[in-house]
Amino acid sequence: MTQQYELRLAGLGGQGLILAGIIVAEAAGIYDGKFVAQTQAYGAAARGGFSRSDVIVSDEEINYPKARELDLLLAMSQDAYEENLPLLKPEGTLIVDSTYVSEIADAHVYAIPFTRIARETFGRENVANIISLGSITQIVPYVSEEAMARAVERRVPARFLELNKKAFQAGKEAARDAIHKSALQDEVQDEI
Amino acid sequence: MEAKLLMGNEAVAEGALAGGVNFFAGYPITPSNEIGEIMSRRLPGAGGKFIQMEDEIASMGCIIGASISGCKTMTATSGPGFSLMQENLGFAAMTEVPCVVVNVMRGGPSTGMPTLPSQGDIQQARWGTHGDHPIIALCPSTVREVFDLTITSLNFAEQYRTPVVLLMDEVIGHLREKVVLPQVESIEIANRTQPTCPPEWYRPFEDNKSGVPLMASFGDGYRYHITGLTHDEMGFPTTKKDEVTALNHRLHRKIRQAFEDIMLYETFLMEDATAVIVAYGCVMRSAKSAALELRQQGKKVGLIKLTTLWPFPRIALENMPEQVQEIFVPEMNMGQIYREVTRVNQGKLRVRKITKVDGELITPDEIIRGIKREGADSAKRY
Amino acid sequence: MQKDIDVYQYLRHEKKFPLIWCAGCGNGIVLGSMLRAVDSLKISKDRVAMVSGIGCSGRTSTYVDFNTLHTTHGRALSFATGLKFARPELTTLVVMGDGDGLSIGGNHFIHAARRNIDLTAFIYNNNIYGMTGGQVSPTTPGGKIASTAPMGNIENNFDTIKVAEACGATFVARGTTYDADALDEIIAIGIQHKGFSVIEVLTPCPTIYGRYNRLGSAVDMLKSQLDDTIPLEQAKNMSAEELQGKTLTGIFVNEDKREFCEEYEKLVQRAQKK
Repeated sequence: MTQQYELRLAGLGGQGLILAGIIVAEAAGIYDGKFVAQTQAYGAAARGGFSRSDVIVSDEEINYPKARELDLLLAMSQDAYEENLPLLKPEGTLIVDSTYVSEIADAHVYAIPFTRIARETFGRENVANIISLGSITQIVPYVSEEAMARAVERRVPARFLELNKKAFQAGKEAARDAIHKSALQDEVQDEI
Repeated sequence: MEAKLLMGNEAVAEGALAGGVNFFAGYPITPSNEIGEIMSRRLPGAGGKFIQMEDEIASMGCIIGASISGCKTMTATSGPGFSLMQENLGFAAMTEVPCVVVNVMRGGPSTGMPTLPSQGDIQQARWGTHGDHPIIALCPSTVREVFDLTITSLNFAEQYRTPVVLLMDEVIGHLREKVVLPQVESIEIANRTQPTCPPEWYRPFEDNKSGVPLMASFGDGYRYHITGLTHDEMGFPTTKKDEVTALNHRLHRKIRQAFEDIMLYETFLMEDATAVIVAYGCVMRSAKSAALELRQQGKKVGLIKLTTLWPFPRIALENMPEQVQEIFVPEMNMGQIYREVTRVNQGKLRVRKITKVDGELITPDEIIRGIKREGADSAKRY
Repeated sequence: MQKDIDVYQYLRHEKKFPLIWCAGCGNGIVLGSMLRAVDSLKISKDRVAMVSGIGCSGRTSTYVDFNTLHTTHGRALSFATGLKFARPELTTLVVMGDGDGLSIGGNHFIHAARRNIDLTAFIYNNNIYGMTGGQVSPTTPGGKIASTAPMGNIENNFDTIKVAEACGATFVARGTTYDADALDEIIAIGIQHKGFSVIEVLTPCPTIYGRYNRLGSAVDMLKSQLDDTIPLEQAKNMSAEELQGKTLTGIFVNEDKREFCEEYEKLVQRAQKK
């Protein structure tokens, strides 16, 4: 049986999601050796409009290249969350940037304040995308941590490399907290 | 070669450079922009020339001028720009100047949907400019194929002295895939045949067996005349009936007699197929998924992938296995290749179209539903 | 400049003559000046390219024994840009009419001038679309009759010199077919100029424009060029009143500015060093 996963990174223009999608595709395709197809969609505005990047990861050649039923949704804005949630598989994974996504209907969610971490730890919001990639490697198994780290190194500008490495690390740590919280939540759910 | 993550538009630029393009002129338009941007970065270092022109009309004129000076030339655009290029594209066809025009198709008509895909310019590529001349148009379905067909386009342009249109679409243009590019040394490159005779013997538009005249570059000592007016063998304007007929016939003949070389297509799962999907470009990918899924459901579906769209690869349909009963043509337009399929089919088989024009790639499910709805074994019988 | 040159060596005289221009048309005079200028500069014919548009002027390229390219209407400058950029060593003459170069080709004219690419652009200005039968052009003066302005032109007309200057052309001149001697000189300087040169030549169209506007014979029209134009040097000492209704001739702009092909060459050097 073919193992194929569909990932969507969605949010606003300017959040660096296209680059994040490229990094995911490069990590899975080049460094993990899978087949990948990465596509994107965005509004006409360079900043602030909608933006999304889809990556399909498969161990076989990919025909239809667009995402249909998501295994992973990373929502970096409230709109992105609401618009894309219906496409998430029942057993799919939801990660949100809790800096922007506050109203969450779904109890089973990894809520991590990517943008707030970026702002408070690094003094710049534009590394939120790399932080989120660090988190993704801890939460879902579709892309290996090592591959993702290598792809980040290759794709970010050299002068920002150290910053981005730290951001990636911060993402991994933030994810561990979130996983812990999520596990606690599950227990609560079970008890109810 | 190592694997690379490459976008379709990037693969055009890589193919262009590998295929010998040393002159690029263009004008910004979504969704083709990456091609010009990469060429502007890469060409100067490679000793080539890049220029951003004032519009697409000028871009087309500019690459024709450069090709006449001996360069291998390309431009890239999308629908509205492709419309503006038509007059000069016809000039290139008439004066037999090699050049490649990449059209990354977006939603139309008119300004349409700049960031969304369509296949609306298929017939325009064939008949967009006035007069009656043949054209070559190729259409890739994967990023690796974009690279290959860019080189094939350049080769065809040079071999047959004709403009070649590479018909991309927004899906393929912006799709990133893992590709392994071939070794540069293994790439076959064709160049126009130049005259070696003394200049005074040179007859710039003289017929020969291939129908493709020898092409001298301006500045190489062969002083001759090029005009978009109907011309004689020496390149001078003429309205003499025999000369006019000879030129028009030769322009068609040089492409027609090379059909076998130019008509590229692939077939999948055809041996026992009773129903066949004919598809091209991004839609071919959905069609392949659909065919595989229908096979699992027990329906014997095959697939013909058209790679050359013009001249229309009729042999792909003429060589159909006997048991085939019906043909489905999914397209992201209202039936432009369907038209050609019905023309070639001449009423023999049942042909149905499955169209989608909402700016999104047609899905495998939509094709499957279309086949179930329109197929001969559907409830809706005529 | 030598006047009695052997023009036949520059013409495809055995092949393409007689030419299509009407008796009395000024285009042949411009062609003569062009050939004398090229001859005086001793440029090999193999090194000269002529690119022309569509219209009466466009046919010039048919007759000369250079590398000649007869393009589409209005687009000569875009083809010439490609040709010159690909082979900067070619002396490239671009021949356009007033409708060809300034109306349908206006955008290319503007940007070729802005880019300052080393082309010598000729505007044969006969104030009308001659080949198509006398329609109004962007240089038809107000009130004049044309086949599409039967009651007189209600639009304002372009001053080619001002347009070229404003767009950044680094050599801008106007000559007349009456004063072919002066024209020879202007063209020779224009060709030598490194950058985008615009040479407007006032050339009479007695068959169409002259007839519509009752301007008399070809000779009358040539004579009125003398009456209606003033060389720049002479105009300096004249009052505004005296210059009323006169057209100035001579070299209006001749300046050095970075040229496109040369700048690109520098860019290539920079790119290859990296």
